[in-house]
Amino acid sequence: MSQSVLKKQIGFWAKEHVLKGITTSYNRRHHIFAVFTACFTFLVIVAGASVTSNDAGLSVPDWPTSFGYLVKVPHLVGGVRFEWSHRMVAGSLVVLTLAIAAWTLLVEKRSWLRQLALAALGTVIAQAILGGMTVLFFQPPAVSSAHAALAQTFFCIAVCIAMFTGQKWVEEVPRVEFDRRRPGLFTLTLLSIVVLYVQLILGAMFRHRGMSWWPHVAHALVVTVVLTWTAVRALSVYSKIEAVRKPALIMLSLMIAQLCLGFAAFLTRVAWGRDAVQPELPMVISTVAHVAVGALLLATTVVLSIQVWRHVPVAFEERVPGTERTPQAA
Amino acid sequence: MPKPPRKVYTIMKKTRFAMLSLLALLGLFLLAGCNKKETSESQPAATPSAAPAPAATPIDQATVGSVSGAVKLDGAAPKTQKIDMSQDPACKGTNEAENVVADKDGLANVFVYVKDGLGNRTFDVPKDPVVLDQSGCRYHPHVLGVMAGQTVQIKNDDPTTHNIHPTPKDNREWNESQPPTAAPIEKSFAREEIMLPVKCNQHPWMKMYINVVKSPFYAVTGPGGKYEIKGLPPGDYTIAFVHEKLGEQDQKVTVGPKEAKTVDQSFKAGGM
Repeated sequence: MSQSVLKKQIGFWAKEHVLKGITTSYNRRHHIFAVFTACFTFLVIVAGASVTSNDAGLSVPDWPTSFGYLVKVPHLVGGVRFEWSHRMVAGSLVVLTLAIAAWTLLVEKRSWLRQLALAALGTVIAQAILGGMTVLFFQPPAVSSAHAALAQTFFCIAVCIAMFTGQKWVEEVPRVEFDRRRPGLFTLTLLSIVVLYVQLILGAMFRHRGMSWWPHVAHALVVTVVLTWTAVRALSVYSKIEAVRKPALIMLSLMIAQLCLGFAAFLTRVAWGRDAVQPELPMVISTVAHVAVGALLLATTVVLSIQVWRHVPVAFEERVPGTERTPQAA
Repeated sequence: MPKPPRKVYTIMKKTRFAMLSLLALLGLFLLAGCNKKETSESQPAATPSAAPAPAATPIDQATVGSVSGAVKLDGAAPKTQKIDMSQDPACKGTNEAENVVADKDGLANVFVYVKDGLGNRTFDVPKDPVVLDQSGCRYHPHVLGVMAGQTVQIKNDDPTTHNIHPTPKDNREWNESQPPTAAPIEKSFAREEIMLPVKCNQHPWMKMYINVVKSPFYAVTGPGGKYEIKGLPPGDYTIAFVHEKLGEQDQKVTVGPKEAKTVDQSFKAGGM
């Protein structure tokens, strides 16, 4: 062996020093509230999807007021039921996010988690502004699609806060297995997030009449290949690590469910519902479920990615002078 | 705290770059959306008094002719689609869609107008408004013709709130709510636009079409498919027949002095 020996280093210094470096204690109430906020976010996504599927987005023409009032309940008929309910649950989510951000700032020692909570607050405010813009500018496809995409981004942030405040994350000592395959599992999970996000934007653009349906359907093939590759790698190589196995299994199951729902949504909206005189129930149910499962799939993939980052760090090689060392966690 | 290796710095740098790129992308996304709307918002408001209308070209009433006829559906009329109005108890109208209204006599709701042949003639905009009524959670009429700049008076005769939301391509978009006892809404459209969709987002089955033209030579076929365009000066014209589902068909016609021409048209049922 030459003077320069192959030294393997751990590529995840950041993980050790950013995510585990500070001793923190589990705060049960804080965690339960974070979980509640994440669940409530899912409810808001379902409510928003119902607005789009029922073509009710502009049934309340003013914003931020609703028929001139902030909280007065209007006559809840037709599209107003969906739009007004969505506004109310979304408004409640802003309050919940404000509370979780304030609580996190007060009790949390991890500075990155405090920053994440503040990012959640910023995201939910941006989301509210986008929601207002969709009403005031009569649903331009780009703005409506950004509103749809940011909703799921916020959902992922809320799920992450719930995970980071959980007992398992705070108290467990991660079981680490180094990943020497290329592309690494972490890279695959990042690729999965990217293709899912692209799919989310394509779907939103189609739903908001900014694009034809075929790019969304064609990209579904790419998503299927990438997510299957990621899940198979995670389950075949790292099935012993529960924190990786569970989200990988859920991701695979959700992807299959999502493909079925996508097919149903295509039939009810594009094939059969093209000339429908009003939104029909099968179309509404299938499209809302497609959006909801899509949000769960994206959030699960983000969770998988974070767990892979934590448990399956990439071992990268670097030629440095000195003695050979075995890979180890910093 | 130990100093991070150079590679970690690189990763952090890349992460920061990726986040900034994402933010920039979001900004561009929003900008694209806003720009699109700004384009349509920048159109002048469609008010009849916004600009002085040019003087109308005089027409010799002693020589005018007319074009009339019937529009038929060639083939079996599709089964009428049912509407579910149960989501608003105040809606008690006929629960059948009006997108294709046809019988053995003819095809209704076809907008017929002189598309070409009038040259640079200008016409007085009628001072009387055309009325669009909301009754039984339906629009009456389903297809409406109006001259550019003419007032459209929108009434609500239902015991429920409607919102009126035209989604034009060439005119200014707007969306207004109209409670049961509210005064009529008066609007006009500045630019010519055929089959401009109007909908109510509260009652998603409520759809109708406004046709904005520059001349008074237009008509909408009734239940028997019949139409008549009167007062046409002699000349060579292109008559357009436009249906919301079946599209447009044109016919050339020459109208002589005091001549009453018959121009029939048929649409193929398979075109839907």
